[in-house]
Amino acid sequence: MISIMQSIIATPAGQIDQLVDIVAPTWAQFILWMPLISLVLCGLCAALKVKTKAPAIITVISLATSFVLTLMLYFGYEGAEVIHIFEWIHVHWNGGSFISDFALYIDKLTLLWMLFVTGLGTLIAVYASEYMEHDVGKGYARFFAGVSVFLFAMSCLVMGDNLLMLYLGWEGVGFASYWLIGYFYQRPAAVAAAKKAFIVNRIGDLGLALAIYLIWSTFGTIQYDGISTALAAHNNDAATFSAFGGWTVHAIPYLLMLAAFGKSAQLPLYVWLPDAMEGPTPVSALIHAATMVTAGVYLIARTYPLFQLDDYALPIVAWVGGLTALFAATIGMAQYDIKRIMAYSTVSQLGYMFLGLGVLSSYGAAYHVFTHAFFKAVLFLTCGAIMHGFAGQLDLRKLSGLRKMRGWKIVSYTMLVGCLCLAGFPFTSGYFSKDAILAEAFVTQGSGFEILGWLAIFTAGLTAYYTFRVWFRVCCGPEYYEPGDELHGDDPSSFHPHPPRVAINFVLIAIASGAIIAALPYFMDNETKGINGGWVAEMVHDSPARGGVPNAVVAVVDGEHATAHEGVANAVVDQDHATHGSILGMDPHKAMYYISGVVGMIGLGFAFFFHLARRKAADSLRNKLLASRFTRWLPIAMENKWYVDEFYIAVIRTPLWILGKLFALIDRGIIDGLLVNGIAGTPRAIAKWFSPLHNGAVQSYAVSMIGGAALVILLMMFMPEIMSFLQSTMIGATP
Amino acid sequence: MMLASFGAATLASYLVVSGILLVIGVVGFLVRRNLIVMFLCTELMFQGAAIAFVAAGRYYLDYSGQVMVIFILTVAAAEAALALALVVFMHRQRDTLDPDAYGELAE
Repeated sequence: MISIMQSIIATPAGQIDQLVDIVAPTWAQFILWMPLISLVLCGLCAALKVKTKAPAIITVISLATSFVLTLMLYFGYEGAEVIHIFEWIHVHWNGGSFISDFALYIDKLTLLWMLFVTGLGTLIAVYASEYMEHDVGKGYARFFAGVSVFLFAMSCLVMGDNLLMLYLGWEGVGFASYWLIGYFYQRPAAVAAAKKAFIVNRIGDLGLALAIYLIWSTFGTIQYDGISTALAAHNNDAATFSAFGGWTVHAIPYLLMLAAFGKSAQLPLYVWLPDAMEGPTPVSALIHAATMVTAGVYLIARTYPLFQLDDYALPIVAWVGGLTALFAATIGMAQYDIKRIMAYSTVSQLGYMFLGLGVLSSYGAAYHVFTHAFFKAVLFLTCGAIMHGFAGQLDLRKLSGLRKMRGWKIVSYTMLVGCLCLAGFPFTSGYFSKDAILAEAFVTQGSGFEILGWLAIFTAGLTAYYTFRVWFRVCCGPEYYEPGDELHGDDPSSFHPHPPRVAINFVLIAIASGAIIAALPYFMDNETKGINGGWVAEMVHDSPARGGVPNAVVAVVDGEHATAHEGVANAVVDQDHATHGSILGMDPHKAMYYISGVVGMIGLGFAFFFHLARRKAADSLRNKLLASRFTRWLPIAMENKWYVDEFYIAVIRTPLWILGKLFALIDRGIIDGLLVNGIAGTPRAIAKWFSPLHNGAVQSYAVSMIGGAALVILLMMFMPEIMSFLQSTMIGATP
Repeated sequence: MMLASFGAATLASYLVVSGILLVIGVVGFLVRRNLIVMFLCTELMFQGAAIAFVAAGRYYLDYSGQVMVIFILTVAAAEAALALALVVFMHRQRDTLDPDAYGELAE
């Protein structure tokens, strides 16, 4: 295990040397600046109280420009390069320096992320232009300003050339997320959700800040190039690794992990994401499903070599990811709010991505991020369209048969596409990306990875079930609806659902097509010889995360295990670990197609039975479970989200609240009361003795004045006597 | 130091007169119930001080004492102008010159 870990820290030294030769395309910086320009213009719109859709048009145009620039960057790509924008922080001192330029680091991992971030960002902004139209002239500009801030911060995070830029973006997306979750600031729930998201994320951000500090103190740089060089210098040498920086190299991956778990909503910090659904739906789709929450995956992929410095770091990532996937799926099964189900499914799918990273399949993780971005975006956007059309109704018990209603066909069928992908239905994009992760769990030998693999397969079944529970309930069956509570003054009895118009339908079709097409990269040829996994694998291979790409570089050393990994192949010395794991005696890469397909179909079948064929059976099953004393805890706990929020409130919030009250008492009683007011009160108390002198009678003033003068004169007259008297007593006292 | 003689009268006699004037002024200021008389009493105190200055100046053959008296006279004149004006105004306000009637000015 140890030697595998160490040997796959493969850093292509040649890649760094090339960097200098390439003429950097400096126009790429406008990928960053366009959203910032849009922010300024949206701010102007807000200041000038523009009553049109101008903010949406501005944002869409600038984000589309970013996307086109990203495409140009992708097609002109010739190798990893650094694009210097300006000097940001340069501190030099005797024998050391701290350098952090405002520069972009463009490799294929960056491009992979930027392609879907800017692409989906543009489409979702188009969607939001219609979705948010009830707020034109009020919060419209504020909303699009928030989206622009988010895109700027996310681009910083992904494209930055050093960890400080990543941190800037990291905090920036957190801020944008706070801004947009709390968009409906008149609703207390939205404000509470925004605060919760921000505060829970701070825990992760602390980890990132400490990790960056430790990385700098260990490697002397925070630039990705510098870290790679430092690692390459110590490559393949177990002795130097342990001596390298002492405990810090072991602490760094755990701190980075904390950051990633916070931002990407993993156990135990996942609680903010379901609540974040209080924000407008385009925000949920863009920030809390497709892009921002994958920042944690990006962080680990980007710093993958650092995670391999500690033996337990990646297995822990795998376990946390796998358990989160299962845990969130069980909650998602029992919720009734469709947007909340999607939120838990996001947590669950993010868990898969971390599982992929943990079992040395950064390729699978990146591919799942890529496909998930599309199908989860489309699922959220359809939920948003339903919410928009049915006055905020999201309860799947109160909506049915949407498929047959006028104007809801596009929503229903794009939702079906999203559901198929999420459920891992054979030959959809989600099927291939999830299989890549599931298979790796069996291929890579590690602490309990096989158990984790089976758990993940079971979770895949649950995923199919809860996904199709939504679709069968909402889109199939008899036509029926109840409007939600956001009627805007309309009478509930005369309510008519208003189906989405051009912009929303266009975006739904575009992203659903994207979700279908996202299966293609799996079959695309790639230029780098010897990698399985098509286009995405190639994108990941050209980055620090290449340690998790199947079959890369020297795979043929061991002919028996053609599918073994680069790292395993490098570590041929260690024959035990070169063996390729198997599932039920078969090759996981091939067997997984059948296994996950079958499990997915079983889940789908259950959903079909309980939520379409015999809807009453679902209720009677629930009642049966509730009736028995031994099983009643299951539905109750699942519907109440396993009481995790309540647990946190009891264990963390209440003690802190009590502590806060205690400190408030100390502050008011001792600091304010005794010290501040006490000191201020002393002169007043003394003044009380003398204040009767100030009585307004001129002659009494004259008396005190003359008395004072007389006293002074007397003192002066008898000074010699007083002095001698004092001296005599002093001498008498000290013989 | 050159010292001058006052003939039969000594420096002490002058200082006694000055002291008497001061004490009359002080007592008058404290016991009388009329602002104008109280004001006149302050003038008396001034004159007591002035006599002490002149006498001491003469005794030490130093003109500073007389210079001081000129100052005192100037200040007293200015003060008299101001104080009398104030007294006139106060009388217009309250129709009385009893200092106790103006006690609320303390607040």
